[in-house]
Amino acid sequence: MKATDKSCCTEAYEAFGLKLSQNQLVVALAGNPNTGKSTVFNALTGLKQHTGNWPGKTVLRAEGTFVHRNKKILLVDLPGTYSLLATSADEQVARDFLVLGRPHAVIVVADATCLERNLNLVLQVMEITAKVVVCVNLMDEAARRSIKVDIEVLSRELGVPCIPTVARDGKGLTELKDAVLDVATGVTATSPRQVSYEPHVEQAAARIESRIRPYLPGWVNHRWLALRLLEGDMSIIKAIIDHLGNGSEQLLLQEGSAVWAR
Amino acid sequence: MTDTIVPLSQLPNGASGTVKYLTAQGQVRRHLLDLGLVAGSKIESIRRSPAGNPTAFNIRGAIIALRNEDADQVFVTLDKTMEEKNESHR
Repeated sequence: MKATDKSCCTEAYEAFGLKLSQNQLVVALAGNPNTGKSTVFNALTGLKQHTGNWPGKTVLRAEGTFVHRNKKILLVDLPGTYSLLATSADEQVARDFLVLGRPHAVIVVADATCLERNLNLVLQVMEITAKVVVCVNLMDEAARRSIKVDIEVLSRELGVPCIPTVARDGKGLTELKDAVLDVATGVTATSPRQVSYEPHVEQAAARIESRIRPYLPGWVNHRWLALRLLEGDMSIIKAIIDHLGNGSEQLLLQEGSAVWAR
Repeated sequence: MTDTIVPLSQLPNGASGTVKYLTAQGQVRRHLLDLGLVAGSKIESIRRSPAGNPTAFNIRGAIIALRNEDADQVFVTLDKTMEEKNESHR
């Protein structure tokens, strides 16, 4: 399954109020609350930051730029969330940007001291896009609590690069930037572990997937969308319709509702 | 002896338990699961707000406050305290 390997276009970002200069790569920064996500953001961008709101939402957004190996990168800080299933405005903003903003790469900041609870979000992000780098932060805090994180095994199990960092002390940031750039430019090919659900869920999702495919552009992750429809989440359909506005909305809405009509 | 199962909202202050099942449905269920309240999760009641609602819990390494309405829909077994463990050894 190919998620978002299509080239990203500038219009996608304008809808989110972002101005992109030429040859700039867009990288989203996601993570649970209190994982040091803002510290990572500040450490990467320094003083080159802009703050504002997400269009039409009272959710704070920070964006900043940095240059690495002669590539300009725009880093977009997403709200800290435990999930992307859009029960709050924060989650909706994060989800919409990952699905519709089509960033070239996504950094998910995870707390090394309680890694397992952070992996929920990691898996959810990997369901949307393959271009993920996991930043395992607070490694010093974990060491202090005698927690050892086997980064190599974690990377292998997840199928995406995992980079240990202590963002507060600037440790591991060069490696993080290297990994992000390699994933964003396609130098590193990732193979994110996909969650497989029970057979009846998979079958239902596959059926929905084949029905919604004709109405959607190729870069939308059809499987992910089918799973959301199966959950009865119509908010993502509405977000996609607002974003695309290409006349196929009515049909898409019908298909979405049809799932639940039976 | 079978462990008694109580709603999370009735977990005494400072006590810990293990999540058995959730009765919540739909979005609330999804949200509780995302917070780490899955079967088998250890959970500890940290402190109660003055009015008794919400209550702060340690869920898999993060302190999260839950309203009683939501905590009512999570069922846990009470973990034995040290004294109780010693008691059962005798």
